[in-house]
Parts: sequence; C-alpha cells; structure tokens
Amino acid sequence: MKRAANLFIVVGGVLVAAWMGIALLGPVVSPFPATGLDILEQLQGPSSRHWFGTDENGADLLTLILHGARIALVVGGSTVLLSGAVGVLVGALSGYFGGVVDAVFMRLTDVVMAFPGILLAILIIFVTQNPSLFSVVLALSVTGWAGYARIVRGQVLSERERPYVEAARSLGQREIWILFVHVLPNCMAPVLIQATFGLAGAILAEAALSFLGLGPQNTPSWGALLDQGVTYFLLTPHLAIFPGIAIALTVLGVNLLGDGLRDRLDPRHLAVRE
Amino acid sequence: MTSDRFSYILHRLLGALFVIFSVSTLVFLVVRWVPGDPVDSILGENAAELNKQVLAECLHLNDSLLRQYLYFLGDIANGTLGTFCDNPDVTVRDRIVEVLPYTVELALASMLLALLIAIPLGVLAALRQGSWLDLTALTVALLGVSIPNFWLGPMLLLAFSITLRMFPDPGAGVTGLHALVLPAITLGTALAAKLARMTRSSMLEVLSADYIRTARAKGLPERQVIWKHALRNALVPVVTVVGLQVGALLSGAIIVEKVFGRPGLGTLLLDAISQRNYMLVQGCVLVIAFTYVLVNLLTDLAYMAVDPRISLERKRG
Repeated sequence: MKRAANLFIVVGGVLVAAWMGIALLGPVVSPFPATGLDILEQLQGPSSRHWFGTDENGADLLTLILHGARIALVVGGSTVLLSGAVGVLVGALSGYFGGVVDAVFMRLTDVVMAFPGILLAILIIFVTQNPSLFSVVLALSVTGWAGYARIVRGQVLSERERPYVEAARSLGQREIWILFVHVLPNCMAPVLIQATFGLAGAILAEAALSFLGLGPQNTPSWGALLDQGVTYFLLTPHLAIFPGIAIALTVLGVNLLGDGLRDRLDPRHLAVRE
Repeated sequence: MTSDRFSYILHRLLGALFVIFSVSTLVFLVVRWVPGDPVDSILGENAAELNKQVLAECLHLNDSLLRQYLYFLGDIANGTLGTFCDNPDVTVRDRIVEVLPYTVELALASMLLALLIAIPLGVLAALRQGSWLDLTALTVALLGVSIPNFWLGPMLLLAFSITLRMFPDPGAGVTGLHALVLPAITLGTALAAKLARMTRSSMLEVLSADYIRTARAKGLPERQVIWKHALRNALVPVVTVVGLQVGALLSGAIIVEKVFGRPGLGTLLLDAISQRNYMLVQGCVLVIAFTYVLVNLLTDLAYMAVDPRISLERKRG
C-alpha cells in the first residue's frame, strides 16, 4: 500500500496546491467583478463569455467560484490553526500533568463532543446574528479543538513514560520545558493527520453553514452559491453544479493528502518498518 | 454480572448524566449570550412597549440569570422543554414530537442503505487487497466522503426526479417510502464510504489473525472462514462506528431535509432560527444532543456486552 499512499499524497498535494494557486491568483486575473448588479446578464447559462454562466445578480460564476476558493481556504486554514492550537495546548497539559487539570479538560471535551457535527456551530452562529467570516471560524473552532485535545492527550500519556523524559528530568529541566520542547514535538505526526482531515471538515462545514443561510451575507462562499443554485434549480442547474464540483474537488484533494499522510506517518506502520 | 462490569456500567451512566447536564447548561448560556435585547430581536425595535414587556415577562428576562436557569432546568425535567409565549397551550416537545418520526425514518433508512453498500464493498476490497478493485473501492469511498450532501442531493434530484421523473418533486410534501429513497441515498453516502473503509481495515486485521490461519489449517472451506469466522469478528468495530455516526446522521439530516423540502427536526430548527424562536432552537438542539449522548451510551454498553474485555481494559487504561 506504500505505492498507493505515495500516489494519494502526490494527487492530493497537486489538487491542494492548485486550489491554493487559484485562491491566490484567481480573483486577480479574472476580468469580471465579483460584486454589483448586471440585470442584462442575470442567470445566463455557460457561454464563451461566461464559461460557467452567471448568477442571479448577473455576476460571472467562474469569478465568484475563484473568490469562493479564497474564502474556503482562509476559513478552513484559520479554523485548523485556531482549533489546532487550542486543542494541542489543552491535550498536552491534560496528558502531561494529569490530575485535576486532566479531569476538567477531558470533561469539557466530552461536553463539546456531545454536539454532533455542525450543531454547536449552528447554535453559535444563531446567537451572533450578523455573522462575519471570523465568527464562522470561531464557531467552527469552538467545536473543532476537542478532537485535537483527545489525540494529543493520548500521545503525551504514552510519551511521558519514555526514558528521554526521565533523562531530561534528571538533568533538572523544568516540567513545562520538557513538555513543550521534548515531548510535544514527538506527538505531532497524528496532529498533522488530524489537521489535514480537519481542513477538509472545516471547508465542508463552512460551505454547509453558508448553504443553510447561516454564513456571512454577500460573500461568494461556495455554500452560498450552491444555495442560490438550488433556488434557481429548474431554471439554471449550472448554478448548483459548478460550486459543488469546486467543493468536492478541494475536499477530495485534502482527504487524499490526509489519507496518504496517515498511511506514511501512522505509528503502526512506522513500527513495522523499524 | 461481575462487580467490574457493574461499576463500568455505573461509571458510564453517571458520565452520560453529567454530559447531558453540562450540555444543557452550555446551551442555556450560549442562548442567553445573544448580544442586544432578545425581545427587540423577536418583535422588532418598533414594537409596542406593552408587547415588549409581556414578552420579557413570559421569557423570564426580568429575573436573575440563576432563576432563568432554574426555569430552564425545570422545563427539561418535566419533559416539556418549555412553552411558547404566543401560544402557551403548545409545548416545545409537542412541536418536536410532531416532526421527529420523519427524521428518525430518514436516519434509519440512510443507515440501512449505508450498511448494505459498505459491508460487501469493504469485504471485497479486503479480500483483494492491493488490487485494482481495492484501489477503486478506496477511491470511491474517498469520493463519498468528499462530496457534500448539499450538492449530491440536488444532483440526484436533477437526474432522477426532474429529468427521469422516477421520484417525486422536491418540496411536494410527499412522504412515504418512495419519497425517502433519494434523501436516504444523499444522507447515507458519506456514512457508506466511512463504513466501507472501516470494514476493509477491520477485515484486513482479522484476516491476519492466528485463529483464521487455524481455521484454514483445519481444512474449513474458504467461504466459511471468511463469512463465518472473519466477518463476524471484523464487524464488531464497524457496529461501534455505526453508533457513533448517528450524530453525523442527525446533523446531516438538517441539510438533507432542507434540500428535499422534507419535514423533520432539521427543518423545524432552521424555521425556528429564521423566526428567531429561541425556545424552539434551544429545544431542537437539546433533543439532537441528548439523542447523540444516549446512542453513544447504548453503543458503549452493547459493545461491552459483545466484548467483555472492554470494561477491564478501560479500567487498566
């Protein structure tokens, strides 16, 4: 399966890199504006002028999808960074120090994980009323950190018993130093895998929130474009088809990358090679 | 029952109770955290002062936070989940019970469909590990988890409902088995993909176990080794994952119900959100979270019944 893992990493990596390039350059090179109203061009099908057709405001759908790539990757990336940072910190402290710290943090993760999928995010967006991209990141991170915390705690629990920790302690190093400088770097492989799947999950969740009408208003999020597409489904199905392909291709790329990384970095695979 | 098992069950029950209590508290705090005046947000800022006062009184907004919390817990304890200010005869529970069967029916159909697809696919992929069939199954499964259900649903509608006219139009208000097929495929695809991968890896692990070698060595036919000895053991973790995925099905149902214009808990929640009906939003979220916690608890206990080692392992861990 090593060959398959390499293939997944290459194909996934190329897809993700392509989308990053699109997110970075796409909106700059597109000749059409992403905002404004053009009543003569509303809900047009694909043509040589508008390759993916136009939306209800007459905006070029391809341009909107290019802008949407930026939103998807920025929201997804920020969510992974924020939830990953909080989760790693909580999991590390919990696993290393144990006792009351562990009990409190782990009960907290139990509570957050009792909300399935995007339910807690939906509730948080509901109370923020006029959500911005930042509130979407915040809502998704409030739900997302618990997964990282569980993984890191498990890793730290097994790492802290290793001889090198004992050695560092006998050299008189401070516990917090041992945790962050020696133990934590050895726990990062599963975090990287979780972060990759977390990115796919965050991109899907942002699109789902926008699709449900709970995302920021007037931003060309892929989910919002799809929502619009479903509204005009009978009239212009292209409006629903293209944003969905964009979401699926991005998430597929990230998932392929995550799968490949997991096969390469999974401790059980490493143990076999050792 | 050994004391080990009894204490494990007790431990899990108390844990679930604690989580249910904490989830309720968190929902209470999040909903009260709404910036601005909830009365303004429901009635609009220009509403008559008298109406505003009546609503504030009804929502207990003039009471202290602690008192509001006690009212809230009381509504959960008596099972009504609260009443509506504009219609005190109807409880939140009534509204939820009315639509809950539609969501349960959708979730069960999706789960059944996912199992029917995932188990044969996972087993076949494991038996031909490394082959093109395996790689194709893995790729299809990856596609399954990558395609958002809010896209798959409209595409299925476009193909089978609008073009081929095989299924009823979305939002036609039709329920029943015929109208359930496309929503169940939409909701079940991601689960099928996850379960197929899980079945494959679980089956691979079991196939390399010593007792399978023994079964083969004593001359049992291959079919019996695979379907009777290997699959039975390989399915234990898969069934556990099915239990854990109930949450994903419930939150996925919110989207699928919107796509297909179906009644259900998700549609009720989205309507409540757009009407800014705090009691109903709160009630729907609580019911979904409670269901998830309870299903997890039952899965855990069922798992323990199947595999007695689990209670001892957790104790040692």
